[in-house]
Amino acid sequence: MDILDVRGLSCPLPVLKTKKALEKGCQELEIIGSSKVSRENVSKFATSQGFTVKLVSDQPDEWNIIINK
Amino acid sequence: MDRGKMLMIATGVIIGGLAVLLVAQGNPGNMGYCIACFLRDTAGALGFHRASAVQYVRPELIGLVIGAFVVAFSTGEFKSRGGSSTFVRFVLGIFMMIGALVFLGCPLRDILRMGGGDLNAVVGLAGFIVGILWGIFFLKRGFNLGAAKSEPTSAGGYVYILTAVLVLGLLLAGINFNPAGGGPLFFSTTAPGSLHAPVWIALGAGVVVGILAQRARLCLSGGFRDFFLIRDTTMLLAYGGLFLTVLILNIYLGKFNLGFANQPIAHTNHIFNFLGLFLVGQCAVLLGGCPLRQMILGSEGDMDAAATVVGMIAGAALAHNFMLASSAKGATYYGEIALIAGIVIVSIIGWAYREVDA
Repeated sequence: MDILDVRGLSCPLPVLKTKKALEKGCQELEIIGSSKVSRENVSKFATSQGFTVKLVSDQPDEWNIIINK
Repeated sequence: MDRGKMLMIATGVIIGGLAVLLVAQGNPGNMGYCIACFLRDTAGALGFHRASAVQYVRPELIGLVIGAFVVAFSTGEFKSRGGSSTFVRFVLGIFMMIGALVFLGCPLRDILRMGGGDLNAVVGLAGFIVGILWGIFFLKRGFNLGAAKSEPTSAGGYVYILTAVLVLGLLLAGINFNPAGGGPLFFSTTAPGSLHAPVWIALGAGVVVGILAQRARLCLSGGFRDFFLIRDTTMLLAYGGLFLTVLILNIYLGKFNLGFANQPIAHTNHIFNFLGLFLVGQCAVLLGGCPLRQMILGSEGDMDAAATVVGMIAGAALAHNFMLASSAKGATYYGEIALIAGIVIVSIIGWAYREVDA
C-alpha cells in the first residue's frame, strides 16, 4: 500500500496530492497529515471519489487514514 | 441539501447581515468588512503610513482574531506551527495587499460591493477568478512552499493574539504617544477613515464573524479553487448566501445603486480593477487562503499566516507611502507599475517553488 505524507502542507496541497495519487490508479492509500482541516478536506474528497475512509489514528498533532475502494 | 451546506449558507447570510448593519452604524459604504482596508486603516492609526484619510484602529479585525482564537482554543485546534517558507509568505502578503489596494478592497469586500450594485466589483471578481486559475497553474506544476512544523510551545500563537488585544487596548485607552506630532494613534478626520461603527458593535460583529469563519473555514479563493480543482461548491454557497443577503438588504434599505460611476470607495479603471484582484487571487492560491483566511489561520496559531498578515500590514504601509494605492480617481502611475511588477514577481516565486518530482 502506498503512503502519502501531507503533514504541515497548506491548503489545498493535501487534497491535490491525494488526487494525484488516485489518478495514478492507486486503489488503497494510507495518508498521514497534521491539521484537522486537511483531514476533513482529504476525507471529503476521497468519499466524493467513491473511496471508503477509515480513521486509523487521530492524535492532536497527527492523523492517519486509509482510503480504499 | 445536507447539513454542512445549510450551515455554509447560514454563515454567509449572518455575515452579510452584519456587514450591512456595520455600514448602517457608520462604516464606509459597501465596507461592512474589508480585511485589506481595515489592516490598512489600522496600519495608519499606528503611524506606519501617514495617509491622513485612512487611519483608524478597526475593532472588527481584533474581534475576528479573538473570535477565531476562542473557537480554535476550545476545539483543540489552536497550536503554534510554522516554518513553511515564512519570508516568502511575508512577501506574498505584501503583494496581496498591493493588489487589494489598487482594486480598493479584499475579496470579501468585492462581494459586498457587488451586493451594493457596484459593477466595478464584477470586473474585480473576474480578475480574482482568473488570478486563481493562474495560481492553480503553478499548483498543478508542483508549487509547494514546504511543510510547516509544530512549534515546541504555543507561545508564538499567544503573542499574535495578545498583540491584537494590545492594539484594542490602545484604542480604548485613547493614548496619544506624540501629541505634538498628532499621534500615534492617528485618527482620520475625513472619510473613509473617519467613518466607523461604534467600537463595541464593530468588535462584537468581528467576534461573530471570527467564530463563523473559523468553523466554516471561510475562504473565497478556497471556494473557487476547490470548484476548479475538485468540483466542490460547498464553500461558494457561503458566498452566494452572503451576496444575496447583502443585495436584498441594500435594495430594502434603498442603498442599492447599480452602475460603475459614483460608487463608494471605488474607481472605474477596469484594467486595474481586474488586475488588482488578479494579483490577490494569484497570491491567495499560493498562500493557501485569502486575506480573511490568513487572519483566521494566524489566530489558530499558524505562524506562517501570522507572518502573511504582518506582510499585508507592511504592504499597506508601502502602498500608501509610495503612492501605490488607488483613490476614487483611479489607479496611480506607481500603483500600475507595482501591480504589474507584483504579478511578474509572484509568478517567478510560483515557478521557483515547484517540487521537482511532482
